[in-house]
Amino acid sequence: MAKYFNEMTIDGLGMESSAAIREHYRDFCHWLQRLPAGSMEHKRAEADLAFRRVGITFAVYGDDAGTERLIPFDTIPRIIPASEWGQLKAGLAQRVQALNMFIHDIYHDQNIVKAGIIPAEQIYRNAQYRPEMQGINVASDIYAHIAGVDIVRAGQGEFYVLEDNLRVPSGVSYMLEDRKMMMRLFPDLFARNKIAPVDHYPDLLLDNLRSVAPMGVNDPTVVVMTPGMYNSAYFEHAFLAQQMGVELVEGKDLFVNDNAVYMRTTCGPKRVDVIYRRLDDDFLDPLAFRADSSLGVPGLLSVYRAGRVTLANAIGTGVADDKSIYPYVPDMIRFYLSQAPILNNVPTYQCRRKEDLDYTLANLPELVVKEVHGAGGYGMLVGPASTKQQIEDFRQRLLARPDGYIAQPTLALSACPTYVESGIAPRHIDLRPFVLSGKTISMVPGGLTRVALQEGSLVVNSSQGGGTKDTWVLEN
Amino acid sequence: MLSRTADHLFWMARYTERAENTARMLDVNIQTSMLPQSAEDAEQGWRAMLGISELQYAFDQKHRSLDAAKVLDFMVRDRSNPSSIASCLTEARENARAVRGTLTTEVWEIQNQTWLDVQKRLNSDLLETDPAKFFEWVKYRSHLSRGVTLGTMLRDEAVHFIRLGTFLERADNTARILDVKYHGAKEPQGDEMSQRDFYYWGALLRSVSGFEIYRKVYRDVITPARIAELLMLRGDMPRSLLACMEEVVSNLREVHNDVSADTERFAGRMHAQLKFGRIDDILKQGLHDTLTAFLADVYELGNRVSRDFLVPLAA
Repeated sequence: MAKYFNEMTIDGLGMESSAAIREHYRDFCHWLQRLPAGSMEHKRAEADLAFRRVGITFAVYGDDAGTERLIPFDTIPRIIPASEWGQLKAGLAQRVQALNMFIHDIYHDQNIVKAGIIPAEQIYRNAQYRPEMQGINVASDIYAHIAGVDIVRAGQGEFYVLEDNLRVPSGVSYMLEDRKMMMRLFPDLFARNKIAPVDHYPDLLLDNLRSVAPMGVNDPTVVVMTPGMYNSAYFEHAFLAQQMGVELVEGKDLFVNDNAVYMRTTCGPKRVDVIYRRLDDDFLDPLAFRADSSLGVPGLLSVYRAGRVTLANAIGTGVADDKSIYPYVPDMIRFYLSQAPILNNVPTYQCRRKEDLDYTLANLPELVVKEVHGAGGYGMLVGPASTKQQIEDFRQRLLARPDGYIAQPTLALSACPTYVESGIAPRHIDLRPFVLSGKTISMVPGGLTRVALQEGSLVVNSSQGGGTKDTWVLEN
Repeated sequence: MLSRTADHLFWMARYTERAENTARMLDVNIQTSMLPQSAEDAEQGWRAMLGISELQYAFDQKHRSLDAAKVLDFMVRDRSNPSSIASCLTEARENARAVRGTLTTEVWEIQNQTWLDVQKRLNSDLLETDPAKFFEWVKYRSHLSRGVTLGTMLRDEAVHFIRLGTFLERADNTARILDVKYHGAKEPQGDEMSQRDFYYWGALLRSVSGFEIYRKVYRDVITPARIAELLMLRGDMPRSLLACMEEVVSNLREVHNDVSADTERFAGRMHAQLKFGRIDDILKQGLHDTLTAFLADVYELGNRVSRDFLVPLAA
């Protein structure tokens, strides 16, 4: 594997030599080295206990033994200097703005298709394209109100976007709980470092959701809609509803009457204006999408199309975060904003193209191959980390359905020192900042840092055994 | 508030209260079984325990014979018994989890911690070696849950539905324990209460934390009629039927909606019967019949609360 960037140290030197430590980590390392032996072990146990008591858990599908598991939490923070965050923030705002303009465009005039920048079939034959949305106007022309953009670093100042999650990105509750935990465990660290706060995220979110209420609603009723307590991210749904002080509803709590959505309350029906929904398009309305969905609300789509309720995110955003559309995002930025993209895209081979497929097949051991519609780290091949047999198996799947896959060079993801069984060792990380779009674009500094706990692993998803770290943006 | 949320809160409270009352009843049975008595009497005591909760049939389906250890296991550990303490605490926690955003962090943490701990305790041999200590713990967790609810939650609908659940369940449990123990008692020989009877009734009072209260209120010897009066008609006795109904009525009034007038009237009638009832009349009519009718009313009231607030059928 290629040499990777270490977030804390230069040239992979040990932490012993202070010259080897990057400036923004110096104070932390100094603090860490003075920590009494065994004290960190103690704190880590304390964190584990607290997370379990608070019930900050997630469910793993197909895992009987522990239907409620803790996400491993690492006590060494991922630190980002203010200058780098400034670059990231500008790049994220630019990217999400272009993506929202793109979704609006393809559901209206399709200028980007007419301009020949994206082939029409890439959009209209995409399973995530929703013809129901064609010509429908949504509040403020915003579709992806909440975006979770996955970013990795390959080198100094060199950030790549891996994925734009525009449907129902999750993880923000871990960002908030990780911070709360770090402040509880190490208050002295926060006293001596200027760490940008993130706790106001629920306020920003509520503000954002209220700003996209249907026309003419002055004091909108906002709700969070969950598939229910057995969903893997249920904790987060409940957490966000509580923090915003709004109701957490399930499909069966809502009903449609006279072209409006209501919730059943102890005092009778109450009108709902904005639904922050945490379930996929397919399950929203059994009359319009999957008829077997018991999680949705019959008739919801027709009220939505009439502009009498806001869904966040909008229906049909999946067409823009699909891996087959991903390669075109830099073009979108140039097309809609006439700007040069600030964040990099990873070079992507689209296996539906003959020459790209040939290249991919010839270079499988060096590439990462992903399913176009996959998510959560399932159904992907990491060439350098796979056995010959795994590569051959994957080759057959790829040959059987080439248009279902894309391939990318294996990036040397940066690594951050992390507590593992053998002590402190570098582990690969990514970053998921949460970008809110409404009347304006806002975000809290940083985001969720996920860490692949297996040595050498590049897969950070919690469903694949990844952990999380608190993410600090240092203020100048 | 969402109807479903209110439903979860109501049942969270009911299950918490039920776990406590089951612990109380089992504890008193263990206390009385330490008195000198025949094997049949002992078995009768445990059988009555199952009868209180209408679980005799379910128990017999699982066990060929009956003894203290089996009943304890069935009423505490057995997850196939929906009224066992383990089941109640799990249900209470599951209901809390479904609405954890509506609860304060403290209330949720109590429920979650209780659930985590009960598994640990039941995996040890605490129940076999020191059952009283285990029951003490269950009661303590219930006190804690109630106290933290009142100490941290906004006095809004959520609290009213929690209180409704608590007191409806408690009314049910007190009525059952009184009914069974009253009729399980031996006919007194003459006017003087025997030593055995004294311990028997003393244990019943203790099961509802009423021994000291009885002394304070009556300053006299223990008689079954006064016990019945204390547990039914004394509004200042916190586990009496009247005290429970007072809470039910006032919490119902707080959550009043367009369709609930009839339910309030129904609860008000139950309350009035206790408030203006006299124990002599009740005993003359028959305590068992009165309590049976009361239990049927509690059941009906629970259904009405569900229909009016928790799971409204129509839009």
